[in-house]
Amino acid sequence: MPITEIYIVDGSLEGLLCAVFEWFERKPGKVLLQLEKKYEPDAFAQALTIYNDPAKADRVWKGLNQKLDGSWMRKFYCAFLSELPEAFTHLFEFTCYLFLHGKGAEANFGNEHVLGISQLAKKVEREKHRMEAFIRFKESADGLFYCGIDPHFNVIPLIMKHFKDRYADQKWVIYDLTRHYGIYYDLEKVEEIYFDQEALKKLSKPVTGQLPEKENLYATLWSDYFKSTNILARKNTKLHVQHVPKRYWKYLTEKQGK
Amino acid sequence: MSDRLREKLNILADAAKYDVSCSSSGGKRKNDNKGLGDSHASGICHTYTEDGRCVSLLKILLTNHCIFDCAFCVSRKSNDIERAAFTVEEVVSLTMNFYRRNYIEGLFLSSGIFKNADFTMERLLKVVKKLRLEERFNGYIHLKTIPGASEELLMEAGLYADRMSINLEMPTEAGLKLLAPEKSHVEVFKPLGFVQNQIVKFKEEKKLIKSVPQFVPAGQSTQMVIGATAETDKEIMQTAAAFYKNYSLKRVYYSGYIPISNDNRLPILGTQPPLIRENRLYQTDWLMRFYGFHVNELLNDANPHLDIDVDPKLSWALRNLHFFPVDVNVASYKTILRIPGIGVTSALKIVQARKFGKLRIDQLKKIGVAYNRAKYFISCADTPYQLKDYQNTQIKSFILAESQSKYIKTDTKQLGLF
Repeated sequence: MPITEIYIVDGSLEGLLCAVFEWFERKPGKVLLQLEKKYEPDAFAQALTIYNDPAKADRVWKGLNQKLDGSWMRKFYCAFLSELPEAFTHLFEFTCYLFLHGKGAEANFGNEHVLGISQLAKKVEREKHRMEAFIRFKESADGLFYCGIDPHFNVIPLIMKHFKDRYADQKWVIYDLTRHYGIYYDLEKVEEIYFDQEALKKLSKPVTGQLPEKENLYATLWSDYFKSTNILARKNTKLHVQHVPKRYWKYLTEKQGK
Repeated sequence: MSDRLREKLNILADAAKYDVSCSSSGGKRKNDNKGLGDSHASGICHTYTEDGRCVSLLKILLTNHCIFDCAFCVSRKSNDIERAAFTVEEVVSLTMNFYRRNYIEGLFLSSGIFKNADFTMERLLKVVKKLRLEERFNGYIHLKTIPGASEELLMEAGLYADRMSINLEMPTEAGLKLLAPEKSHVEVFKPLGFVQNQIVKFKEEKKLIKSVPQFVPAGQSTQMVIGATAETDKEIMQTAAAFYKNYSLKRVYYSGYIPISNDNRLPILGTQPPLIRENRLYQTDWLMRFYGFHVNELLNDANPHLDIDVDPKLSWALRNLHFFPVDVNVASYKTILRIPGIGVTSALKIVQARKFGKLRIDQLKKIGVAYNRAKYFISCADTPYQLKDYQNTQIKSFILAESQSKYIKTDTKQLGLF
């Protein structure tokens, strides 16, 4: 089917939902979703900028909630957090498809957008799980545990609860260095925070005073442990790298100096 | 001070590494006391060693002093190695500080037997109690049950540990008697059975009274060393199946024997550990637990050993070609699970998706079916018409020719003629 219109969206969830609303109002046929900052005019299709309207977005969101159960709503959200260009198309087409079909249509894995969303969600959940596994905190002078990350997808909203439940008795900061925001837990609640370059530098450089000794001791002990628990006769580098891809090595205390 | 601690950690982690269990799953301990830690039902592997095994728990022995002399064990009495022992405080502070930095999911604590079983178990219990009660630690704890320890001690340990395990060591009693004359399988059955009964009892009580504490919520597991003695795969898997059935074990681990001594009852030093065999045993284990296979279907008197060149599911399919081809658009979920190249996830997706129309090859591929393998065993909406039936040997050679075994490179030992 030829594309009849291009919808220009701003990349927010609200914008995406408004695009769905817009489509159902006029049903123009096949529509292509493009991000504002990546928009390229097309000679044969008309472009329409989608303006965000909380009321419209809310109606679509409520509709989705009625159609989908919790696990599918999570998949939808995860696919959105992937921030990949194809995610917007999949989400848009998937939502339209859902509203055009009866209950249970999301189980149709033969549909490319249903499959697309579930595959995107899987990728994002894997990255989330890896962050839960590979984040390594360093304790700084004021007893704050810090770790900077640069995940492929925007997973901080997904890992927040995990870390809050787990490290309830220590203050910590997880900072997304590429998306320039982080979360801070102050023993009561988790807050979003933004650092400038100076503050970041201070956090990531080794601290002075009594603490580095303790921090270094545990880092050394952990690296030692990592070595002693390995069985040389079973060396399998391929499997090792498959489980711990090289792009995560920079986080890992046990992989430093290699 | 810290140098001695490093030394101890090196010795006692090294001694514990042959215990392969490292899972941290099945715990549901919640952090409801504002303490440290919260168990993740599916477990998390925080890193992987260079041999590709997961590191989820701080796996250490409390001590490697041992009064036993089991031929297959590094810590055996007669072995001339460095000995060390942690204090209770040392284990607790290592666990807490590693956990705080997100290095680990929890602690796996085992020990050599010093003095006697009860004395050893008491020390293990001290560590666990200090972690739970004084440090408010809610992470995962896997505790070794010391065979021969009193039931009171096991009872108390079960209240604080998430998982408990006793190793069967050798798959058969005869094998165990050969390498560890002082031990017997009965010593393992008794505590396994006791803990299992308590788990059931606590669960029943919890249904009526909510405040009943958890007892070993992640269940029990065991481990067998394979390749040290001459058991067949059939004997190994039948033992495993019996344990899953009789003691509701969560896992049976198979540990390929790594030669560590010059004992003439054992494979000589430098022998390659049986990695492929170990892998095939795990595959069989999975088929039994998640794919509805009975152990006798996979291993029986006619086939006492698993195929090395193909996986056990494919090998079963090749022996039972009358079962195929299966039409994925009508067959039951259980039948689809038996097709080589289709796993649990794909099978579930197929069953859901076919309600919306007959599935085609391209859709199956996208869903995640390993089509090159599955194509000999299935039919779907657009399966090409086939004039001749293939023999199982033909199918096997087609599949082997197309697939790259991950073991081929390391295992071809044939020399050139010139």
